[in-house]
Amino acid sequence: MAKYIVKRFFIMIITVLLIATLTFFLMHSIPGSPFNQERGTSEAVQANLEAFYGLDQPLYVQYAMYIKSIITFDFGPSIKNPNQTVNDLLSRGFPISFELGIITILTALVSGVTLGIIAALRHNGFIDYLAMTFAVLGISIPNFVLATLVIQQFAVNWGILPAATWSSPAHMVLPTLALATGPMAIIARLTRSSMLEVLTQDYIKMAKAKGLTPFRIIIKHALKNAMMPVVTILGTLIAGILTGTFVIEKIFAIPGMGKYFVDSINNRDYPVIMGTTVFYSSILVFMLFLVDIAYSLLDPRIKLNAKGGE
Amino acid sequence: MNKQQTNLPSKQDIPEDWFKPIGKNREKAEDVVRPSLSYWQDAWRRLLKNKLAMGGLVFLVLLALMAIFGPLLTPHSPTAQNLPNQNQAPSMNHYFGTDNLGRDVFTRTWYGARISLFVGLAAALIDFFIGIIYGGVAGYKGGRTDSVMMRIVEILYGLPYLLVVILLLVVMGPSLTTIIVALTVTGWIGMARIVRGQVMQIKNYEFVAASQSFGAKTSRIIKKNLLPNTMGPIIVQMTLTVPTAIFAEAFLSFLGLGIQAPHASWGVMANDALSTIISGHWWRLFFPALFISLTMFAFNVLGDGLQDALDPKLRK
Repeated sequence: MAKYIVKRFFIMIITVLLIATLTFFLMHSIPGSPFNQERGTSEAVQANLEAFYGLDQPLYVQYAMYIKSIITFDFGPSIKNPNQTVNDLLSRGFPISFELGIITILTALVSGVTLGIIAALRHNGFIDYLAMTFAVLGISIPNFVLATLVIQQFAVNWGILPAATWSSPAHMVLPTLALATGPMAIIARLTRSSMLEVLTQDYIKMAKAKGLTPFRIIIKHALKNAMMPVVTILGTLIAGILTGTFVIEKIFAIPGMGKYFVDSINNRDYPVIMGTTVFYSSILVFMLFLVDIAYSLLDPRIKLNAKGGE
Repeated sequence: MNKQQTNLPSKQDIPEDWFKPIGKNREKAEDVVRPSLSYWQDAWRRLLKNKLAMGGLVFLVLLALMAIFGPLLTPHSPTAQNLPNQNQAPSMNHYFGTDNLGRDVFTRTWYGARISLFVGLAAALIDFFIGIIYGGVAGYKGGRTDSVMMRIVEILYGLPYLLVVILLLVVMGPSLTTIIVALTVTGWIGMARIVRGQVMQIKNYEFVAASQSFGAKTSRIIKKNLLPNTMGPIIVQMTLTVPTAIFAEAFLSFLGLGIQAPHASWGVMANDALSTIISGHWWRLFFPALFISLTMFAFNVLGDGLQDALDPKLRK
């Protein structure tokens, strides 16, 4: 077990370094410097600016500086707004994005699992078909389309919920709805199919024979095993939700990290792009790591070994 | 039960010649009387029975036809601006209305279909080729080769794919080629994993050992013995790759990183139409959004249907 965790930990570090390196070299292969757009600056000012951000150094020195900045977690000032450091942006944007992400994941998990269980219990019944049609629809409608639809209905036509920004619980309803529907649909489908499989097994019959209440059988006996496939795809779902926040934050004008990320790309703001990318990928890779560990802890049938594979 | 018995002919009604012995015919004893179904015929037969999946297939065929011929049905150009004609509601002249630059939404929708289908199919095909080669080799060779190749996959798998796609788009500049390249950089991994798993399982079967003992080369065994038997899961994976790619293209175009104006793609059209939530020109958002959703829906149900049809274990 410890061996496995150590191995996964190293893979995690390598992945983050790979992303960081990739980001660095990709950013520096873009023609044009971030200062090109500022007209009227003399050559001397230009050179001074580049010296300040270390852009006049040879590439390997810049790379070393960059790796150092990752390790010390200090990405320096933004180029577009020099009075703000990248850390400022992250510490301002991250709590909001984090809140959105956590609420979305919880909503998707709770409602998706509930829907899946109900569908499995009413297998081939009307409710089952209804829930599964709803689930395929949820997978098929892109989150940005759903976002505009819910704004149109709830905010513009009915005027019952605010359409933008992020300040009160009422503001959180629509973005969460738009972002959580897709993952919820995926979870519901998975829960249903694994629940159907589990419910036919002998130990469930045994539990029924013991005279346990159906509720207790579902919650205590069936659900535990039925959740395994859901846990495996949780990492992918979290990745999807994370990138989904870019577009949701754009549509709902939420001042989260995704907004800074998209803006920084349009502005060629190297420190911000690199900072946010590395930050995003570290969170994501860490989540995948946690999911893997959780999975191996939850399923006693998996004998972990350092070799991996079959 | 009783009724059946009364309907049976009584002993006297049965003519004698019904009881002639037909004799033994050793040659004919082994003959298969019923027509035999190949794997593909059987899968197709079962897919035909799945109404939802067939609905998806029919929709996709119609969409492909409209993507090819749809723009010919109207005299309007997808890119020509016609300012006096802006924001017209759907009418007999403009079936889906016009946008804020007076462009015909009907024509633009079918051009968008071309782009979406092209991106989806191209991404699926490239994933297919890289995935089967990589997964096939890793699964067949096994041992050290496999663990090195799978370590690489494991590291790449951790890359957040939309983040990589966005970075590549920033560097290479937004274009159709860039989107496809960016989508396939990490897209082949899922395919490679599936092929590897299947190949590892099948390579231990006797018919592969027979092939090996005849001295068949590795490439021949992979091509002739292993891949045909892994085709089911591969096709399902491809069908499910297409909607992912279509979604990614629409998502990126929506963020302004995808196809650039004046070209039409569903994501671009939806992004342009965001302001219509307030102005009430609903058709500008409705049609691209409807077609993105319907196309993804069709591919998803078709993929589900194929999954059931191509799995011999689910045969009834």
